[in-house]
Amino acid sequence: MSKQKAVLSEEQIKTRRGRSVALAVTLAVLVAMFYVVTIVKLGPGIIDRPL
Amino acid sequence: MTMLDQTQGLQEDVTDLGGRGSVSDYIALLKPRVMSLVVFTAAVGLVMAPGNQHPFLSFISILCIAIGGGASGALNMWWDADIDAVMSRTKKRPIPAGKITREEAFAFGMVLSFGSVLTLGLVANWVAAGLLAFTIFFYVVIYTMWLKRSTPQNIVIGGAAGALPPMVGWAAVTGDVTLVSIALFMITFTWTPPHFWALALVKNGDYQEAGVPMLPVVAGETATRHQIVLYSLLLLPVGMSPYFLGFASAFFGVGSAILGLVFLGYAIRVWKVREGDAAKKAAMSLFKFSLFYLMLIFAGLLAENMIGPV
Repeated sequence: MSKQKAVLSEEQIKTRRGRSVALAVTLAVLVAMFYVVTIVKLGPGIIDRPL
Repeated sequence: MTMLDQTQGLQEDVTDLGGRGSVSDYIALLKPRVMSLVVFTAAVGLVMAPGNQHPFLSFISILCIAIGGGASGALNMWWDADIDAVMSRTKKRPIPAGKITREEAFAFGMVLSFGSVLTLGLVANWVAAGLLAFTIFFYVVIYTMWLKRSTPQNIVIGGAAGALPPMVGWAAVTGDVTLVSIALFMITFTWTPPHFWALALVKNGDYQEAGVPMLPVVAGETATRHQIVLYSLLLLPVGMSPYFLGFASAFFGVGSAILGLVFLGYAIRVWKVREGDAAKKAAMSLFKFSLFYLMLIFAGLLAENMIGPV
């Protein structure tokens, strides 16, 4: 079976790039947010814990 | 079939699968203007709540409530795409405009709903997260999917969803529901019917065409005007309730009384002027003032809690 590749229009490529950038930014913000939330919620306890 | 025809056919297939929406189309799905009201009222609930929450956690809590509110908007547009396409006010929304498919809007709304509720639970507490989940459920399932198309009391009961954010904000700090947060809820809840019925009087034809049983469509414009005055009368003491319950100053009490009386004045004008463009103008004036009213009531409460009573 031959595989046919879908051809996207210029407009579709442009909007897809926009969505990809927005997703990347969102993910980066989420990572930073959960990192800071962890520090804030654990406070000094982040160091004082059994290893 | 030539190669060119095949390529064009594939392009159409890809188009049908979606993937056309830009970032701004997705932002439009979140109903940013409604979101701003949600953020504002939730922030007031959060600031008024007793207790010490880290400012960063407060910020994330408000963000979660905003995203949850936006997710409700996206799911509302997913379900209501058919009637949105008919009404002049909504036909440019991303789904009827053909920029985002219903499936994309549904997936977007669901991901944001679960994401915002779970994050709020982890960042603040599970009471607030439960209230946020209930808000989304109430707006999407109870209001959008059930009441909106079946009863003229749709926005009276459905208004509860829009009134819940200050309770969620309060619960994010305290983890409970109290008389104060219920009073904040009641203000928006009582305000919603006259606010939306004023708009419905102006856009009556739209709702009629779309088959949405808004009060002016089902009970007529006269009955709607009676109801607007009744709810505006009720809003007067409810708007002053923070003073009566002792969590706002006498200055707020006087201010909210004046605002409530002006609101009632606009409502009486809607009741009196019933013909032609003047009637539509009166309804539109009430609609605009109602937004101003709610903003000032909550801004007053916010100011008193941040800088102390006057």
